[in-house]
Amino acid sequence: MQFSFSDDQEQFRSVIQRFLTDKSPTTEVRRLMETPEGYDPAVWKQLSEELALPGIHIPEAYGGAGFGPVELGIVMEEFGRSLLCAPFFSTSVLAAHAILNAADEAQKADLLPDLASGQRTAALAVTEPNGRWDALGIELTATAAEHGEFLLKGTKSFVVDGNTADLLIVAARSPTSTGDDGVSLFAIPGGATGIDRRLLESMDATRKISLIEFDNARAQLLGKLGAGAPALSRTMDQAAIALANEMIGGAQALMDSAVDYAKLRMQFGRTIGSFQAIKHKCADMLLEVELAKSAVYYAAQAAADNDPELPALASLAKASAADAYINTAATCIQLHGGIGFTWDHDTHLWFKRAKSSEVFLGDPSYHRELYMQRIAA
Amino acid sequence: MSQIDEFRTSTRAWLEENCPGGARGSGQIPWGSSSIELEPDVRLWLQRMSERGWTVPTWPREYGGAALSRDEYTVLIDELKRINARTPLTGRGVNYIGPTILELGSDDQKTRWLPGIARGEGGWAMGYSEPGAGSDLASLSCRAELQGDHYLLNGRKTWTSDAMDCDYIFVLVRTSPDKPKHEGISLVLVDMSQAGVQVRPIRLLSGASPFNETLFEDALARADDVIGGVDNGWTVGKRLLQFERSTHAGINISGSQGGRVVESHMPETIKRYAPMSAGRITDPVIRARLIRFEQNGHAQRLTQKRVIEELEARAPGYASSAVKLSGALHTQEGDEMLLAAMGTGGIGSETEATRAWLRQKALTIAGGTKEVQLNIIAKRVLGLPD
Repeated sequence: MQFSFSDDQEQFRSVIQRFLTDKSPTTEVRRLMETPEGYDPAVWKQLSEELALPGIHIPEAYGGAGFGPVELGIVMEEFGRSLLCAPFFSTSVLAAHAILNAADEAQKADLLPDLASGQRTAALAVTEPNGRWDALGIELTATAAEHGEFLLKGTKSFVVDGNTADLLIVAARSPTSTGDDGVSLFAIPGGATGIDRRLLESMDATRKISLIEFDNARAQLLGKLGAGAPALSRTMDQAAIALANEMIGGAQALMDSAVDYAKLRMQFGRTIGSFQAIKHKCADMLLEVELAKSAVYYAAQAAADNDPELPALASLAKASAADAYINTAATCIQLHGGIGFTWDHDTHLWFKRAKSSEVFLGDPSYHRELYMQRIAA
Repeated sequence: MSQIDEFRTSTRAWLEENCPGGARGSGQIPWGSSSIELEPDVRLWLQRMSERGWTVPTWPREYGGAALSRDEYTVLIDELKRINARTPLTGRGVNYIGPTILELGSDDQKTRWLPGIARGEGGWAMGYSEPGAGSDLASLSCRAELQGDHYLLNGRKTWTSDAMDCDYIFVLVRTSPDKPKHEGISLVLVDMSQAGVQVRPIRLLSGASPFNETLFEDALARADDVIGGVDNGWTVGKRLLQFERSTHAGINISGSQGGRVVESHMPETIKRYAPMSAGRITDPVIRARLIRFEQNGHAQRLTQKRVIEELEARAPGYASSAVKLSGALHTQEGDEMLLAAMGTGGIGSETEATRAWLRQKALTIAGGTKEVQLNIIAKRVLGLPD
């Protein structure tokens, strides 16, 4: 399996980089993180219309660009590097993958084109106040109602962009069911009757999360009733790989920032980067980031090839990227000294993103455990 | 069928037919030494593979290789691994000095030395470190004086692994004592079967003595065996170190087995020693450590693969420091973890685990210490100042 990038892919990367340099400087990140929406609709429109990014990995039959997980990974890596504030992870990664995995043909044709074109945004509501990322944590119920619709009742939490999403994809279970049985995915407009959405205060203000209460809200079943667990599990794996790509982009940005600072900052009459204590910290960062990149790029290629080892590789990528990101963030703060823990310095923006990403979709211990079970299987 | 698929098919067929049973699985691997007797199957395997140019697959045919492309080389390595065939030849000849001569030697040197190296004719020692020149290698003082068409060598080299069984040694010597220290060094090839070269064993903390001190007293070297030019030895010697590190790192495709990734057997090994219940390791600390070890090892193996894919030249440059170091740290963590899992049993030195734990302390020292590798990464990859 080949997992280094082609010239075309590198060119694609540089197009995105140019866009982000222009549209997502940290001044913009700081402005948007103070707003409840957390993104700029004008920039979202541009990256949809000019670069067709929201549908980058969505098949052409459903209005997407028809590329795959590797290109999606490139987009996420660059978004992670620049901390772009946009509903991409929620719409394109989480919700679109859930629809692709769970919905029937007619539903895909109905729902995906608007997401691919950036006309509508979407969010995936899986986690509940218990904080779990698997089917076992789902308590929200779906009860059959008239016209083939279902009534959702329960609470979802930590829903990325849940407060702004035009469309919600909700994981729910049939009353009395347990475990993987009886889990299904449902689609419902974000503003439907019976839905109450509240923006949660988050340590990472660059990614908006919400608490959503469903009080007999009417939703449409995606695919077959009770067949949602495998689709959800696959969605989590694909999303973990995409998020891991975002994380290594962020880790690289932090490492670059730390190394640049070490080359500039003078103390004792010399740049601090000339001290071995600093050099070795920088080299350690490089080792960890490069190892994580290998795991992440390989996992993206495995997703593209539909490799049977995908679940194990997804967990490997998520755990490795999370470790590298949080460690690099901590080192970056340390190397910056006093300025590194001020609000005005940008490092904390990535540091907080590193922390929220570390736990999002399951923390490294959870994924290491999954990895172990998956390779042993 | 694509060209590469055809290559795979024909390679697979040839290997199946020509790799003897005694060259599969674990066992003897030749490294050129004339004082080590080869088992019959091992000798046959070496002979067949070298006739095909597959002991050094990427070298040009005229020098004993098969001129394989990187992709073909990768296929060959895959196919060898598939039938569990051992590498036919390893050592400092095919992996360190050979690639260096190929890249920096004269046509005459290539013709005289490379075909023999490719056939495994002669084991090579490495004459780099001295008692007073370790990490600060450029302060070496072993002298070489030109006398007509020969150099006379005088001085001491240390940590010369395997020197007691070697036929040749490549030596960093000071050819111009008056020049600044980096500018007066040369790399020269020396025949060890002469009275002027003496080898004394050094006993290691593991109790074994594969290391030596090698003394030169008016030892002779041919003047035309200086590789890459007189007083250019610092540049040549550093390039050789990159081949050494990339060999340690498993990514030297200018050698005999780069890219041959060794899968982890640690879970099975740990389970032999750690207390178990219902198929699970009961000690949560060991279990968590094992899982993290496996995670890191997998990322390490994927990095080897990625570095080889991304190589523009046939041999890596500074990436070799990073992969070598992370690999060494990983191996040592495995040794530590295994000993921890063994508990009291770990102090018995009869097990391979204990011997490996002792022996592999060298991994973060040999071929440039951990600290030197970190310095190289900081300077050459990240551009941090001196």
